[in-house]
Amino acid sequence: MTQFPRWKSIVVALAFVFGLLFSTPNLFGNDPALQLARKSYEPMQEAQQDAVEAALREQKLPFADSFIEEGRLTIRFGQQNDQLRARDALTDQFGDRYVIALSNAPRTPAFLRAVGLRPMNLGLDLRGGLYLLYQVDVQGAVRQRLERMEQEFRRQLRDERIPYVTVEAGQGGEQTAQNRDPNAVRVVLRDAANLERARGALAKANPDLLFTIDDSAGATIVTRLTPAQIKERQDYAIQQNITTLRNRVNELGVAEPIVQRQGIDRINVQLPGVQNSAEVKDILGKTATLEFRLSDTQNSPVEAEQRGRAPLGTRLYKTRDGEPVLLKRDVIVTGDQLTDATHGVTQDGPAVFVKLDARGAAEMLRTTQQNLKRPMAVVFIEKVRREVEQGGQKVQVDATEEQVISVATIQGVFSSNFQITGLSLQEASTLALLLRAGSLAAPLYAIEERAIGPSLGLENVKDGAKSLVWGSILLFAAMAIYYRGFGLIADVVLTFNVLLLVALLTLLQAALTLPGIAGIVLTVAMAVDANILIYERIREELRLGNTPLASIEAGFEKAFSAIADSNVTALIAGVVLFVFGTGPIKGFAVTLCLGILTTLFTAIIGSRAIITLIFSRRRKVAGLSI
Amino acid sequence: MLEFFNTHTRIRFMATRKWWYTLSAVMIGLSAIALWKPGLNYGLDYTGGIAVELYFPQAADVDQIRDAVHAVGFPDAQVNLFGSVREVVVRLEPRTDVTATQVGERIRAALQPSEPKVEVRRVEFVGPQVGEELREKGYLAMLFTFIFILIYIAWRFEKKMAVGAILAALHTPIVILGYFAFTRMTFDLTVLAAILAVVGYQINDTVVVFDRARERFPLMRGSTPAEVLDAAINQTLSRTVITSGATMIVVAAMLFLGGETLRGFSAAILIGVVVGTYSSIYIASASALDLKLTAKDLMATRAENRPVDDMP
Repeated sequence: MTQFPRWKSIVVALAFVFGLLFSTPNLFGNDPALQLARKSYEPMQEAQQDAVEAALREQKLPFADSFIEEGRLTIRFGQQNDQLRARDALTDQFGDRYVIALSNAPRTPAFLRAVGLRPMNLGLDLRGGLYLLYQVDVQGAVRQRLERMEQEFRRQLRDERIPYVTVEAGQGGEQTAQNRDPNAVRVVLRDAANLERARGALAKANPDLLFTIDDSAGATIVTRLTPAQIKERQDYAIQQNITTLRNRVNELGVAEPIVQRQGIDRINVQLPGVQNSAEVKDILGKTATLEFRLSDTQNSPVEAEQRGRAPLGTRLYKTRDGEPVLLKRDVIVTGDQLTDATHGVTQDGPAVFVKLDARGAAEMLRTTQQNLKRPMAVVFIEKVRREVEQGGQKVQVDATEEQVISVATIQGVFSSNFQITGLSLQEASTLALLLRAGSLAAPLYAIEERAIGPSLGLENVKDGAKSLVWGSILLFAAMAIYYRGFGLIADVVLTFNVLLLVALLTLLQAALTLPGIAGIVLTVAMAVDANILIYERIREELRLGNTPLASIEAGFEKAFSAIADSNVTALIAGVVLFVFGTGPIKGFAVTLCLGILTTLFTAIIGSRAIITLIFSRRRKVAGLSI
Repeated sequence: MLEFFNTHTRIRFMATRKWWYTLSAVMIGLSAIALWKPGLNYGLDYTGGIAVELYFPQAADVDQIRDAVHAVGFPDAQVNLFGSVREVVVRLEPRTDVTATQVGERIRAALQPSEPKVEVRRVEFVGPQVGEELREKGYLAMLFTFIFILIYIAWRFEKKMAVGAILAALHTPIVILGYFAFTRMTFDLTVLAAILAVVGYQINDTVVVFDRARERFPLMRGSTPAEVLDAAINQTLSRTVITSGATMIVVAAMLFLGGETLRGFSAAILIGVVVGTYSSIYIASASALDLKLTAKDLMATRAENRPVDDMP
């Protein structure tokens, strides 16, 4: 038994300390809590913490603890009742400054928290909440870019005083069915003599695009987005959508939300503790935005509606009452040029007060200066996906709903600040939230939605813990009965194994899910194999008449290759599961893989260290309790 | 000393292998029939659709709930008990005109008059494209697991042994799938994860036997390959049975105490452990033998692949 080097014993001791340290924060459980974050996104300060605490004391609302973490103030309560009462009280007093969210906070003592030791996060299936998987319509994002190109080309041609017939996105060369090209914009000029000049002007204004003259179809210039540009646009759309979703989630006041990209064109959103999911979902997925356009006063909208065609340079819209309205094709300002939006009530009814960025303000100033006393319209745009019957089959159709919510005469020159009326109070507040959080760069559709109630979450935690405890007790008893003294050593090693595994999971701050707990249980079930392999070998060596210490030595040595090989095959399955799995399955795979690593470490090195500790001081060992 | 197998058994596994092949063929055949008809009862993860789980303070009246759900605009809804008599799950085909949350709300509202304490515990919606994707990924994951394990065993041991191990390991998913089809238990993502995990672990048993055979071949020069493999199985039999037993104890605890969500998962692992133990004892070595495994095959690989073995 002299062959076990001292440094390995030290490593085992260190691992034990590490395991103990990092797994302890998980022992304390959770309490109901409130999380307060500043609406300005600035971190909370101690002065604000004091003010909140003072307010709670004044109202005689008992709380257990409060602390600032990652810029948010968490207040822990002993009872759910106190938590809810405190929320109402704090919302009244601080609702205008802080976002207040219901949450859970660990009862971990302050000294552990101070050194950064935090318990594992519970997954949605264990604490309740809403999980959403969104599909981003990246094609829609490209379409939006083309539409903007279309508008810019028109303006650029007008600035150069080059007359054109049409500027149309989604068209390649000549307007035939074969020539449809979703990634191209086609410009048809009135006069072929202007072709070169127009191309030069467009190319100069849009250096990233390549413009080609297509003679076959008359005075036509075509430009096409390159695959790289399309991809760039799509990536941008997803990034932008993630930012927007994060803002919206923050506006809603959800504690510890997760918004992350999944795969190429998906975003998953996890909102712990959210219950009223219909409303949340409605707001998250909304693609509502605004556009400001001038009204067309020269043509009759009724006539245009009857003919089914809008005159050149205009578009036909409908008001909320179904009245036709003709608006100019060119947009003055779009929703993404808004920097702030709030809602309130004016003498004209509910209103949204908006603030424009510099570019939007300049454009608005120019337009209002030039069009005083003319009518301007606000268009409310929403993308929806509908299911329609088509030839007996249900098909999903994307539709853009555009409604004119107000047409008002420009009374004076304005630029960055103004108000919009014509909405109900509920609509005004939702629109203000959506505008404030930024618009989505591409439409989103929920393709997966899971809402787990808190009672089911609690039950899952209880069931998971119960099976882990009982499984372990039964196994420990069986090992102790079958292998006696060495069985008890195996029990210690298995406990050490679970300790290490939990510590690693805590260190990684992985969210613990029910499949994750199953992974831990499975690790216990499978880890025992390594011990059994070693003990059976030791028994064999004893039967061959070897001395106890030599048998231990040989047992460990000969069992090693079998343990290593068999765990590698299990690891292969775990890694494949990790690569192909999503969500909770990935969590299971992580637990499984880490479990195999801790099993290898504890069974081969850990149990050896314990056995060395027991036998190294004895000169002579008469027999083994195995 | 408590021992189930006093010293070493001397069961002649190889000599009786025809019988075990027949038994395996029967098991696989039955599973195939069950998979063909009635087929797997795919869960929401794979079919897509909407599921609403309801909890009642007392035993639920499924028929009455079904009528109520059908009456509020979901005539194609399936209403079944879920785990206990107090839990009911309502399943709908995927649809986009209402969100899952709205479905949950409508059902709760419809049941409120007769069941004031009904609670909506869980609402799930999985889009049809997600379901299809998950199914595809599931098959791929299984395929890759087998390929990588095949490569690993071929590298660490020997090609014929690798094939034998895979043939034995194939039992596990087939029989589990067959069992799920036969009992109409719901086959969802967690069950698939359980299958992959148990395939990885059951190869364990095979690898332990092969490891012993690898060790015995050079020591039993005068013996036939059949004798060596028999010896390897007999010498590891005690460990195989105890390990499987220990694993089953823990998994059984999960099956009975882990709640409805983990039931399919634990059942799959339990079956996997039983079938895996059987097939690694009776099939893995036998098929390696029938692929004409000889001592020579192992000699060649041993020389090259020693280094890893010499670690402490």
